[in-house]
Amino acid sequence: MKRIVLWVLSTLSTVVVLFGYHTSTSSVMATSSEGTISGSLTGQTTSGSGTGAATSGTAPPAVGASGASGGSSSVASGTVTGDVAQTRWGPVQVQLEVSGSTITNVTILRYPDSNGRDIQIANYSLPQLIQETLDAQGDSISMVSGATYTSQGYLESLQSALDQAGL
Amino acid sequence: MTAPAISRRVEQVMGMPISLALRGRHADDAVGEAAWQEALAELRWVDEVFSTWRSDSQVSRLGRGEVALDDCDPAVAEVLRLGDDARLSSDGAFDVWRPDAHGVRRLDPSGVVKGWAVDRAVAPLLALAETDVCLSAGGDMVCHVADPAGLPWSIGIENPLDPARLVARVPVHRGAVATSGSAHRGAHVVDARSGLAQDALASVTVVGAHLTSVDIDATTALALGVDGPAWLRSRLRTAVVVWADGRAETVA
Repeated sequence: MKRIVLWVLSTLSTVVVLFGYHTSTSSVMATSSEGTISGSLTGQTTSGSGTGAATSGTAPPAVGASGASGGSSSVASGTVTGDVAQTRWGPVQVQLEVSGSTITNVTILRYPDSNGRDIQIANYSLPQLIQETLDAQGDSISMVSGATYTSQGYLESLQSALDQAGL
Repeated sequence: MTAPAISRRVEQVMGMPISLALRGRHADDAVGEAAWQEALAELRWVDEVFSTWRSDSQVSRLGRGEVALDDCDPAVAEVLRLGDDARLSSDGAFDVWRPDAHGVRRLDPSGVVKGWAVDRAVAPLLALAETDVCLSAGGDMVCHVADPAGLPWSIGIENPLDPARLVARVPVHRGAVATSGSAHRGAHVVDARSGLAQDALASVTVVGAHLTSVDIDATTALALGVDGPAWLRSRLRTAVVVWADGRAETVA
């Protein structure tokens, strides 16, 4: 049991890091954890094709479960808090609520915040390549990202069309 | 699915159009307007302090050696630290100190300031309850959908070789999108090590959590040229790269 908890903890760290910084490729990890996790991680799973390269490079350092050391053969019901794991993006710490052999809840205590400011889970899909004019996209495009607009360039740009159309 | 109405506003600040799109509760009311004015005030303040086009800005005076860093607003040191981090992670390709046409090194933190400024300025807008926000500064933006299950913002990525067309679209609930390229200004991104503009890539778009870092990474990848896509992969970035010949590819 201890080993399972440790594995789940380290897996969660990975999932959390991926959710924070690379949401769209985290589906493989998220799916593999679904069977054991209920509660607060649901709703964060995303669609998108996972890539092996993106997930394999993110294995976090080992995360220990405090209070689970020694020769005990099972973890009693209660709350288990993982050690703070240092990742390349910053500290990660999770807490599990365990009932017998079942994890009943997962709480993310800390996760990386690259700017030291707002804690916000990024959530976006993979870009889809297209070859179309704005007209062909209709009003489904909300904003256009392009190289820095000067005022003159802006007048020719797609963004001005969006603004004028009030879409 | 019927999309909710989008309320749009545009102002010129920092020499570029600042575009705001709002959906939801405060899209059209006085609360939303006040948050927009607060965001603009923040951007105007950043322009006063950091503009390299204003000879009296703190950054211009710092670059000429007329004032010391300690004499400047603490925000200047914060931005220079971000520039320093970017220089180290890019092996020197990104640097706020760059040689100009005459080989003289000049201080130009513009590559850091824009994303950083929008991350700051968007704060009052993100505080609007039940309101979706998309704030763009000259094509680089922060997106936020209040309800995580709500309709994402759909961001079109401009074709750098033909600004009337799109090369990609990316749905974003919460995150930032930044594009660096030469479409509107000529080749203005140079490798800081050589002072030369690269010509392998026409544009790089990066999607991520915070505009400060995705903006820097887009600029860095463009400066790295042919090495840019591999560098983005090494940083686990989600990106769209358009090569000089018009080929587009996603990095993920």
